[in-house]
Amino acid sequence: MNIYVAIKQVPDTEASLLVKDGVSINETDIKWILSPYDEYALEEALKLKEKIPGSTVTVISLGPNRVESAIRTGLAMGAENAIHIETAEPFPDHKIIAAALGNAIKQDAGYGIIFMGKQAIDDDSYLTHIYLAEHLGIPVATNVIAFNHDNGKVVVEREIDEGAREKIEMSVPCVVGATKGLNTPRYASLMGIMKAKKIPIKKLSLQDAGIAQLDNKIKREKLYAPPEKPQGRIIPGEPEDAVKELVRVLKEEAKVL
Amino acid sequence: MANIGVYVELKDNQFKKSNKEALSLAKKSGADVYAVIFSNDPGQFADVLKGVKKVVQVKNDDLSYQPDLYADTLAKIITEFNLNDFIGVNSAQGKDLFPRIAAKIENAGLVMDCVEMDLANRTVTKPVYAGKLLSKYVMDNPFRLYTIRPNVFPASASDSEAAPEITVFEAVKNPPRAKIVEIIKSGAKKIDLQEADIIVSGGRGIKAKENFALLQELAEVLKAGVGASRAAVDAEFATYDMQVGQTGKVVNPKLYIACGISGAIQHFVGMKTSKVIVAINKDPEAPIFKKADYGIVGDLFKVVPLLKEELQKNL
Ligand SMILES: Cc1cc2nc3c(=O)[nH]c(=O)nc-3n(C[C@H](O)[C@H](O)[C@H](O)COP(=O)(O)OP(=O)(O)OC[C@H]3O[C@@H](n4cnc5c(N)ncnc54)[C@H](O)[C@@H]3O)c2cc1C
Ligand SMILES: Nc1ncnc2c1ncn2[C@@H]1O[C@H](COP(=O)(O)O)[C@@H](O)[C@H]1O
Repeated sequence: MNIYVAIKQVPDTEASLLVKDGVSINETDIKWILSPYDEYALEEALKLKEKIPGSTVTVISLGPNRVESAIRTGLAMGAENAIHIETAEPFPDHKIIAAALGNAIKQDAGYGIIFMGKQAIDDDSYLTHIYLAEHLGIPVATNVIAFNHDNGKVVVEREIDEGAREKIEMSVPCVVGATKGLNTPRYASLMGIMKAKKIPIKKLSLQDAGIAQLDNKIKREKLYAPPEKPQGRIIPGEPEDAVKELVRVLKEEAKVL
Repeated sequence: MANIGVYVELKDNQFKKSNKEALSLAKKSGADVYAVIFSNDPGQFADVLKGVKKVVQVKNDDLSYQPDLYADTLAKIITEFNLNDFIGVNSAQGKDLFPRIAAKIENAGLVMDCVEMDLANRTVTKPVYAGKLLSKYVMDNPFRLYTIRPNVFPASASDSEAAPEITVFEAVKNPPRAKIVEIIKSGAKKIDLQEADIIVSGGRGIKAKENFALLQELAEVLKAGVGASRAAVDAEFATYDMQVGQTGKVVNPKLYIACGISGAIQHFVGMKTSKVIVAINKDPEAPIFKKADYGIVGDLFKVVPLLKEELQKNL
């Protein structure tokens, strides 16, 4: 099976972010990582490849030049092919991103399962995997915490509210939106890292990926930091007294009880 | 004149609290509000649906949630009734359903998890980078869909007594692509963290799975949900559905009580919009104290039971 994994590069979760021109973040000094949910997606793809002899795993990413390092990370973890859809700047219209990714996968080879994250932790948009599946007209499940593939049929469990799960059946091809708990992503081995350096990355423009012109229907007007919370106060005293005072202030000052 | 649609999500045939927030938001805009509900008996919700112009009632012999059936039906309703703005809740179901609907309507746009909305100017604001920043978008789409974050928009009572007219709509039954074959319930009856008014959360400081019972007891007194840090989840003191933070749930209660949690940025971004944050930690240098409204420096194993007692006396 030709397995695909769409991976997005995002700022490290520790990064403090500054707004540059009112609409984007200042990218200097940012450490970039693979979006954590995409690591679960990639791990599941690699496990599936190991189960089905003759399978391939291709990672695909859309974004500016810097995303090449995310692609290399994916290759080092064990993917053997890579596609990079080159765009000058990130853009917010996820319908277009999904269409480009979907078209590129469709043109590439006969595809089986496409693994993606349930959410990329930059825009937190929760959209691209579902849009991509709808664009290709194939089934999708999101927030997937258990995956099973047998006899051409996919059965997944997806987490809904409060630990309850939906069990979902899909045919292949389909899209799986991974969440935490699906697996434990592997680390890239030294050998993997060396090997990854030599793998050619297939480069596509947006036009190559079937997007004739970039017509963003959704535009970012403003990016800004929310107001800081004023520093709070420590309630002093022995635990018995502190607790009494805490309950009092919660009732009388904060009025949350 | 534009119409506004609201998707009314039922859970075990119960009206979700955040539905009222979505309905209030829609009614406030002054446009005609259409409430869409998958129910064979919407009459039972008459009270909350007051002030709505029209209830579009989707009937079917089996109304259990199936993503393709729901999305196909809602896409048809939106285009047939010209619901140029369509609002839902950013719940587990909303996150599954809304992108599917938006994908099915040509040129429709969707922004998830909105915390501010200006329908007249077609702008919405949502947290990005786990809430480190806020992003305001302008939507140029003829059909605009949104999910709203629970507990952000006020749920006001309707000032209109007018009962809505009810239109029955047949569910669209195309062959489903993905099929939900079973719902696996979790054993315990838990409070939905994303809708909870109060959350008691535990971190690595809890030290053992059994000790979460301490928080459970405090939560019972407060009618609160119980959350956890990732360190507590990774140590298997708590389950992932309880994890609050950048790679867990983003919560927004009135009161968040963090017990034995250090306050790492990835945790903080998941709860920082709580109205009031209380921290209980034995380390006076713990970063959580810089971010909490009120802090008690002390051993949680002492403080939490005392707090429970004090609340029992006072609530
Ligand atoms: C990509 C990525 C994503 C992440 N996502 C999340 C996320 O979604 N949510 C999340 O929470 N974290 C997340 N983290 C992890 C985060 O960085 C922290 O490691 C984690 O939040 C720490 O959890 P903690 O505060 O429970 O543990 P610790 O940092 O170990 O803190 C334990 C605290 O308990 C206190 N304590 C100990 N004993 C007692 C006692 N008896 N009484 C009172 N206090 C006591 C200690 O003083 C200490 O402050 C993520 C990290 C990464 C890299
Ligand atoms: N630019 C991109 N390149 C590759 N994959 C992406 C991109 N944007 C989103 N994705 C995929 O879509 C998932 C959901 O992302 P999002 O809808 O942005 O939250 C991510 O976890 C990725 O798998």
